[in-house]
Amino acid sequence: MGQNSSFEPLKPVAPRTRAVLGVGFFVLFIAVWAAATLGGFIKPLFLADPVKTFAAGYRLFTEYGFLSDIGITVYRVMGGFVLAMIVGLPLGIAMGAFKPIEAFFGPFVSFARYLPASAFIPLLILWAGVGEAQKLLVIFIGSVFQIVLMVAVIIGETRRDLMEAALTLGASRRGVVTRVLLPNASPQIAETLRLVLGWAWTYVIVAELVGADSGIGHMIMDSQRFLDTGQMIFGIFIIGVIGLITDFAFRAINVWLFPWYAGR
Amino acid sequence: MAKLTISGVGRIFPGVQGGPPTTALDPTDLSVEDNDFITILGPSGCGKSTLLRIIAGLDQPTSGFVELDGNRVSRPGADRGMVFQSYTLFPWLSVKQNICFGLREKGVPAKEQDDIAAHFMEQVGLTAFANHFPRMLSGGMQQRTALARALANDPKILLLDEPFGALDHQTRSLMQELLLSIWEKHRKTVLFVTHDIEESIFMANRVLVMTARPGRIKADVPVSIPHPRDYKIKTSPAFAELKEQLTEDIRVETLRAAEMAA
Repeated sequence: MGQNSSFEPLKPVAPRTRAVLGVGFFVLFIAVWAAATLGGFIKPLFLADPVKTFAAGYRLFTEYGFLSDIGITVYRVMGGFVLAMIVGLPLGIAMGAFKPIEAFFGPFVSFARYLPASAFIPLLILWAGVGEAQKLLVIFIGSVFQIVLMVAVIIGETRRDLMEAALTLGASRRGVVTRVLLPNASPQIAETLRLVLGWAWTYVIVAELVGADSGIGHMIMDSQRFLDTGQMIFGIFIIGVIGLITDFAFRAINVWLFPWYAGR
Repeated sequence: MAKLTISGVGRIFPGVQGGPPTTALDPTDLSVEDNDFITILGPSGCGKSTLLRIIAGLDQPTSGFVELDGNRVSRPGADRGMVFQSYTLFPWLSVKQNICFGLREKGVPAKEQDDIAAHFMEQVGLTAFANHFPRMLSGGMQQRTALARALANDPKILLLDEPFGALDHQTRSLMQELLLSIWEKHRKTVLFVTHDIEESIFMANRVLVMTARPGRIKADVPVSIPHPRDYKIKTSPAFAELKEQLTEDIRVETLRAAEMAA
């Protein structure tokens, strides 16, 4: 027999095969989980079995109003993330396009990027209390510097010959920025936002583990008090599901917005 | 009066990591008449692209100056259209939108943009591909679009930096004929940089031969083969004679360049 032709490097798979393979691993994952727990290899105290987990999940929705927890957490992530975008995108674009601006802000942004957002939580509670403003600020601090830096790099990496072509076609300075740098960088910026949004999700949960009275993180913390591993696992599971949905949505939007982009 | 005047234009690049500076282009004088089709022929690294970039305003000369219709060139502008060796179509714009890029920048009304784009797409044979994105096109089609894009702006002079250099031999020949036929119709002033001897003779009414680094114009050879020309002239005795002369000129320079590199 020759080589299996499905395993040529970089060869794409059919959409159907792709879907089957993608779902397949989820099935395998849950099967291993079920075997380990239902088979009695792991104590229920440490890891609830799938049946208990999904039953706990059902109760969370029907009895404990989990939907509003999910709602408030999504609101916090999106709120902080949109604020970070409003500040981060223009600044990142300006830094990428104009080197004096980059020289001015760049070192500080690189420094601030390494400050862990979670380390700010105690300070932020002091400054902003335990209300929504504090949660939004955690997400904002965690996201904005990443966005600024990555957008600046993407804009700065614009092919010089594209810019030169625009200049020889009579493009003004403004035209180069709005008609070359921006459209050229858009798909990669969208991809960056998708990544940073994923990180924002980790910050929101941390923010909710400390000093919150609602949200998915708060629910997980509450469940720990009652040693309800089923609920805890279900909470984590839901975060994963929301992440998966946003990822798919982002990708679909990117394909629709940037049909010309081949580099995906 | 000359269309384009190049007076004492030289370019020295600063040394890299404390090394000695490199003279890419010795001070050069050149005067280009209206409707001239000039090819600049030279071995690679002879500064011919540097000269073209200075005329385009994309690079600044260390000495001398460039004047187009009596006006000093200081930065890039729509009066000097350029086609690059690399593929520089904007990937997010369709063929038609690419061709309209400069027109939109000028604020030409949409209707007029459509007419101009339609005209030039027809000239380069891409009418059927108006709404295609560059990544769907072959290299030859991309360079035809780039040519149409530069022409649509109606520049005073067209600067071509080895535009067909990345194409295969057959496509390249077709592109030469296409460019020549467009020139025969529109009579633009053209400066065409190449290292291909046949290409330089086929289209030009003047071939400038450049020396190896530092670049300097070594010979200015008129090509008096009458227009319209087609591919058959490439086998004519007059063509062969020119080719022999230029081959000799260029060979000496290429050998010098190789010696310098060794």
